[in-house]
Amino acid sequence: MTKILNSNISRRTVLGAGLAGASMLAMPSILRAQDKSLKVGVYGGYFKKSFDEHIFPEFTKATGIAIESVAEPTGEAWLVQLEQAAKAGQAPADVSMMSQVAMLKGQATELWTPFDMSKIKNGSNLLDHFVNKYPDGRIAGIGAVAWYITLVTNTDAYPEPPTTWQALWDPANEGKLGLLALVSNSFLLEVTAKTFMGGTNALDTEEGILKAFEKLAEVKPNVALWYRDEAQFEQALKSGEIPMGQYYHDVTGLAAADGQPVRSTFPKEGGIQDSGCWALSRASGKGDEAHVFIDYMCQPAIQATLSRKVGTAPTVKRDLLDLTPEEFAAVSSDIEPIIPRYDLYQTKSDWLNQKWTELIVG
Amino acid sequence: MRREAPQSLADYAPLIFPAGMLTVFFVIPFGTMIAVSFFQRLQGAFYEPAFVFSNYARFLSTFFAGVLGFSLFLAISVAVCCVLLGIPFTYLLTRMQRKTQVVWLVALLSILSLSEVIIGFAWSTLFSRTAGITNLFVALGAMEKPVALSPSFGAVLTGMVYQAFPYTVLILYPALVRLDPTLTEAARTLGASPVKAFFTVVVPALRNTVIATLIMVFIFALGSYLLPQLLGRPQHWTLSVLITDQAIYQSNMPFAAAMAVFLVLVTLALVGLTLFIGRKGEAA
Repeated sequence: MTKILNSNISRRTVLGAGLAGASMLAMPSILRAQDKSLKVGVYGGYFKKSFDEHIFPEFTKATGIAIESVAEPTGEAWLVQLEQAAKAGQAPADVSMMSQVAMLKGQATELWTPFDMSKIKNGSNLLDHFVNKYPDGRIAGIGAVAWYITLVTNTDAYPEPPTTWQALWDPANEGKLGLLALVSNSFLLEVTAKTFMGGTNALDTEEGILKAFEKLAEVKPNVALWYRDEAQFEQALKSGEIPMGQYYHDVTGLAAADGQPVRSTFPKEGGIQDSGCWALSRASGKGDEAHVFIDYMCQPAIQATLSRKVGTAPTVKRDLLDLTPEEFAAVSSDIEPIIPRYDLYQTKSDWLNQKWTELIVG
Repeated sequence: MRREAPQSLADYAPLIFPAGMLTVFFVIPFGTMIAVSFFQRLQGAFYEPAFVFSNYARFLSTFFAGVLGFSLFLAISVAVCCVLLGIPFTYLLTRMQRKTQVVWLVALLSILSLSEVIIGFAWSTLFSRTAGITNLFVALGAMEKPVALSPSFGAVLTGMVYQAFPYTVLILYPALVRLDPTLTEAARTLGASPVKAFFTVVVPALRNTVIATLIMVFIFALGSYLLPQLLGRPQHWTLSVLITDQAIYQSNMPFAAAMAVFLVLVTLALVGLTLFIGRKGEAA
């Protein structure tokens, strides 16, 4: 023991070796760096893999800008890292794909460099709600990808598809539902407001939100599973153990295509549309490249490729796309979507979370 | 053999390594957690260094008291079930042939190699309506139609006992193996039945081991956050589940840290109480 401690390897030697090792690991990226390059953060796993395969190589071919993709964790961990790095003048990624709530939180600290729309000609293709703006109108983020959460059912248990979110409240469905477990990812308050209270504007006041909670409480006896883990619900839905619930439209479609007895329905009140934005860290020095990249991503052809290859809903207007009706239906719908009230999850997040937890746990 | 007390500073040298490890991997992270629990939460952003009690104040409500109470109740139930099942099981195991013992121990140890996720999914399948054990009962004519046994309290308890049982056996095994067989033989020759000998001789002789096992399984079960989610309803979620929610999904580190500190304090208090009562009982 003491022999090891007294050996000649000093702390400095160890540090030196560590530094040498770290720079060895960093070498490839130094060698790769070209005159024009851009570090792009995308959600790790499926998204990063799909983008690396279908999108980034074509982009480099078209523009000569090399892309180094960075896997970002979901949740807000990435926002924290960007924020702290920016304070030190560093950008772990120049452009990142960010959730809407993370966009708002980043706005609060001026983390995002505003975009110059005159440099993003294709930006006019976008649907209005995919342009994320600072309160004073500067553009903080541009819609990257969108996806839907819809009403899903097991076709053996429900030969006829439900047509409305009211099915969640139907007493006949006691103990049959699987719903997402968090207020900030299930968006059930918005569903309640749109279905029973005339629209998500009903959530403007605390009284309105409390009323929505009250209505939502009636769903509780119908819920068999409040899930955080998607695989758990997906498996239960396929087997018919939990034959109804809310789930991702694209994944359900893929399962149905595999021959599983499941279907995804856009209720008449609309599916829940969640999305991610491209945003540029204020610590990045690659503003020009970032604008080129985002302009490229806003092309209808690229959005169509994303829909076909990655399964995301397009962020540009429907009539600009060359998607067939089937291809479009696989990822989206013409029914007006329920758009989550992201602002609430920023300004009232703790209160909402507390009320929600008390609602489902209590 | 008598061990000499350390005489000089050098005699303490072997302690440097474990102490260093303990500092780096336990004291520093735990200290950070305590510090963060007093930080100011910034809603819509993160947190900033401060010294406020608001995180603890938020925890002091009947709602969280209820969740904490349930978590403790669940952990105690798991500990008691494990010990009640574990003592007779391990006792019988030690009376078996060496070969049989090895097979049993290897099987039990292999449970430890399963991740909590796999255990949770396996039990939720076993307890399901579509593929679960109730289908077996229906086939045997014991039930009318298959029912879902999960999510329920029983499902959570079963899953957690299953997960903690190998630990229980591993702690009890050495003590039971070393147990002097002449003790039971003496009881038997004096006229006690095997069952009576077990309860009046074996169990009291194992007192300290049993208390140690209870504490160990209790603490192990208290940290569980996956099985209650996979097998239980929201009312069966433990405090650990809510801590995860706050830390990961709400990025409310100060509140998550405050809840964790509270959980540690309550745990330490309960363990202290158990040891105190145990020592008192011994003195009597």
